[in-house]
Amino acid sequence: MGDDHPVTETAEAERETARFVALFLFGVILFSPLVVRIFDVPGVSVFGIPLLYAYLFAGWALLILIAARLAGRIMTPAPPKPRSSSAAEG
Amino acid sequence: MLPGWLIIATSFGYVSLLFAIAYYADRRAERGRGWIANPYIYALSVAVYCTAWTFYGSVGRAATSGIGFLPIYLGPTLAFLLGWIVLRKILRISKVHHVTSIADLVSSRYGKSHLLGGLVTVIAVVGIMPYLSLQLKAVATSYNVLLHYPEVTAAVTPAHMPLFGDTALWIAALMALFAILFGTRHIDATEHHEGMVAAIAFESVVKLVAFTSVGLFVTYGLFDGFGDLFRQAAADPRLAELQGAGIVGGQWVPLTFLAMLTVVCLPRQFQVIVVENTDESHLKKAIWLFPLYLLLINIFVLPIALGGLLRFPLGTVDADTFVLVLPMAEAQPYLALFAFIGGLSAATGMVIVETVALSTMICNDLIMPVLLRSNWMRLAEHRDLSGLLLAIRRTAIAVIMLLGYLYFRLIGESFALASIGLVSFAAAAQFAPAILFGIYWKGASRRGALAGMVAGFVVWAYTLLLPSFALSGWIDRSFIDAGPFGIELLEPYALFGLTGLDPITHSLFWSLLVNVGAFIAVSLSDRPSTIERIQATLFVEVFRQGGVEPAGLWQGAVPVSDLRTMAERFLGRDRTQEVFAEYARSHRIDLAHSTHADGDLVQYVERRLSGVIGAASARVMVATTLKGEGVGLDEIMQILDETSQVLEYSRQLEQKSRELERATNDLKAANERLTELDRMKDDFLSTVTHELRTPLTSIRSFSEILHDSPDLDLAERQHFLTIIIRESERLTRLINQVLDLTKIETGRMKWQMTDVDLGDVIDHAVSALRHLFEEKSIALEVHGPDRVPPIRGDRDQLIQLVINLLSNAEKFCPPGTGRVDVSLQTGARGVTVSVADNGPGIPVNEQELIFEKFHQVRSGNTGNPMGSGLGLAICRGIVEHLGGRIWVRSTPGKGATFFFTVPYARSHEAADAARAAAGEVGE
Repeated sequence: MGDDHPVTETAEAERETARFVALFLFGVILFSPLVVRIFDVPGVSVFGIPLLYAYLFAGWALLILIAARLAGRIMTPAPPKPRSSSAAEG
Repeated sequence: MLPGWLIIATSFGYVSLLFAIAYYADRRAERGRGWIANPYIYALSVAVYCTAWTFYGSVGRAATSGIGFLPIYLGPTLAFLLGWIVLRKILRISKVHHVTSIADLVSSRYGKSHLLGGLVTVIAVVGIMPYLSLQLKAVATSYNVLLHYPEVTAAVTPAHMPLFGDTALWIAALMALFAILFGTRHIDATEHHEGMVAAIAFESVVKLVAFTSVGLFVTYGLFDGFGDLFRQAAADPRLAELQGAGIVGGQWVPLTFLAMLTVVCLPRQFQVIVVENTDESHLKKAIWLFPLYLLLINIFVLPIALGGLLRFPLGTVDADTFVLVLPMAEAQPYLALFAFIGGLSAATGMVIVETVALSTMICNDLIMPVLLRSNWMRLAEHRDLSGLLLAIRRTAIAVIMLLGYLYFRLIGESFALASIGLVSFAAAAQFAPAILFGIYWKGASRRGALAGMVAGFVVWAYTLLLPSFALSGWIDRSFIDAGPFGIELLEPYALFGLTGLDPITHSLFWSLLVNVGAFIAVSLSDRPSTIERIQATLFVEVFRQGGVEPAGLWQGAVPVSDLRTMAERFLGRDRTQEVFAEYARSHRIDLAHSTHADGDLVQYVERRLSGVIGAASARVMVATTLKGEGVGLDEIMQILDETSQVLEYSRQLEQKSRELERATNDLKAANERLTELDRMKDDFLSTVTHELRTPLTSIRSFSEILHDSPDLDLAERQHFLTIIIRESERLTRLINQVLDLTKIETGRMKWQMTDVDLGDVIDHAVSALRHLFEEKSIALEVHGPDRVPPIRGDRDQLIQLVINLLSNAEKFCPPGTGRVDVSLQTGARGVTVSVADNGPGIPVNEQELIFEKFHQVRSGNTGNPMGSGLGLAICRGIVEHLGGRIWVRSTPGKGATFFFTVPYARSHEAADAARAAAGEVGE
């Protein structure tokens, strides 16, 4: 009953925001040319796939995986239902 | 052989399927059982981002720049990582304000400005046109390539076909028909196009499956898996560099950034992400499902590109058609046909959503404001305008398609697919500053947005659009090479001498620079009007204020009937009836009895209207109806500010009252604890006195007997004296125990803390009680290692503790058959001592209580207490003081075992010692 204090809600929402921003920054670093170039080693391959290509797709998949985990933990409540509803008969 | 009629029949069959899906979804939605209201359909519909450009163009791009095709998809992935923060805010704002398009959002944010809405519409139409024609080009090209099956032709030039034999024209017409049928069915644009979204989601599945099928065929059919494909490509010196990151340099970052902005700013993306969204929580899934879709559709891009390059001699086949041509060259007609359908899916999805979005913008933000303002048509007096609105939108769709087709016929030929798409991306990116600043910065002003967007658009047109005209021969080519009128400084691809960048990066840099620069500069030097400030506050603080403007805006006397008449013109009679009934129901009022509308109702109607004709036009309509009876805007701003403050106050108040409540609760708890302690003290006193009285009484009575009867014989006298002595001893013991316990509890006990060997303690205690046990013939045995690591404690108190436990056990053991086992064990943290007896045991409900003061276990047969009730309490006091724990395990009837643990003297040394000791035992 008294659990949904706006104060804790805000704190939780801020934490959620911080997590997604951190993930975004991580993604920016993951795909930044400087880091990408590190993995450009001609002749090296992972299961036959060139290292660079494997790195980009693995990094991409990792981002998606973390995003899915974070999204699953979102606690922010749904918006208040708008007053207008779809089916309206006079 | 793949005859033309089969291709056409399949295409028509496929498009008919789309119509059927859309129709069915629409019907279901009408009956209130829509399926688009789920996050998976939502995420798939967002994948309308992947157009024919992705389907054919990515491969073409990969064939020239290796992994250079990826930024277009990494950008949206990154953008969606921020989706829950940024997109959700846009989504919430759009829901609250009934936003119908990106133009409407911008116009609404900056004071419901017509000018801005119109500007966004113009930029969108001009900017998107190349992109639309790109889709037509892709479909027409792919059709013509497929028509020549099995012969693979190098260059097909559909533009030189006769007009009515041109496939692109028919495709355009068919797409326009679909958009008109399913995109402009409703009048209220905020109601969703279920049919369209269902069809789009279906198309997203088709294009993914088609592309992946071709990819699998190339990778595993043509080659022996990824390894083989990449090995062969690496062996080919022409292709080796495509696998490297050499390409990552120049365009990588700008394109990622560009794609990040456009994934929301493209009108069709805004349409599916924001306008068609039915539930904010769908975003939770979409923020990772959409990137996942992008990942999946991109896995085979490079393999197909490399496969095509390896398969065909360089330059003989356009890399943009590899997806289609590879199955053809390998005599796989049906796979080629499937690939064609995939490409068709990608193209139709984009075209349909884009035209619907653009037509809404053209109608609401370009044409309606002009019509409403001009007296020429006397529109404000028309009875029913909903028919007019639909007509405008349908015409707009047809005109857009026609323009797209013309652009394709006249210009589109000279470009590769990917570069045309990027031109449109750069145009859409011009909306980003106005939107992002608009939702996060209250100071962003209308004039700022206007200046920024105009400047950005002009630079974009100059650096990308005009050169594209020059490339197709409309303007003299020297415009690009030498600059206009030979002014080198103004060369469109090297503006002000900025060279070394590709045209897209170059244009993006300049256009966003002037866009953001002008935006900020003008906003900072501007004094925004009141309505701008209201909208700014509502947008930026959407999560705090609920985002609805205060109802006071239209305070005044407006007859309900006037309002109704106005609404009927746009919504039609039935919808108006519904809207008013809905309002009456949700506010529990009867509109039939109220003659004058309150501010709430007026505003409600305005919002519904803005869903149809846009925020700006709705404002004009309501204002004309009210004829200036509304409250001044300045007063509204004041109301809004006050609301803001009141909200802040109430939030603080709430917090204060919560703190107060918490303090009260703490106080209450403390008070309860005090009462409890007080009660315990009383109990203690009464128990102690009771316990003291028993021996005292017996001492006194026996003393009286001795005193009153001098003639008692010696034996009897001796007997009585023994009792007196024993009772006195008991009294002394009791008093000592009380004192001990009090000392322990109040912390006044003097502890002689040393390192103590518990084995030694047990030996001591056992030898002290040995004869007592022998007397009652109770077996007493000690088990455990000879030496245990030292613990920290008071030796005398520990001996007392063990003695207490032993004498307890002795008391309850049956004489003769009794047996008590003491054992000693080393654990991870400390030494555990257990004392087990085979007495009657302790009932489960008493096992916790026996450690309480004066709690006595009554013996089964006599019902008399068998101890003072202080021994175990003292034990607990000692153990807890030493940082240990004491507990009992017992099954009634099978004896009881008391355990206590005391932590090692110093943890790590002791742990070593424990291991050593354990080793000794093991050997």
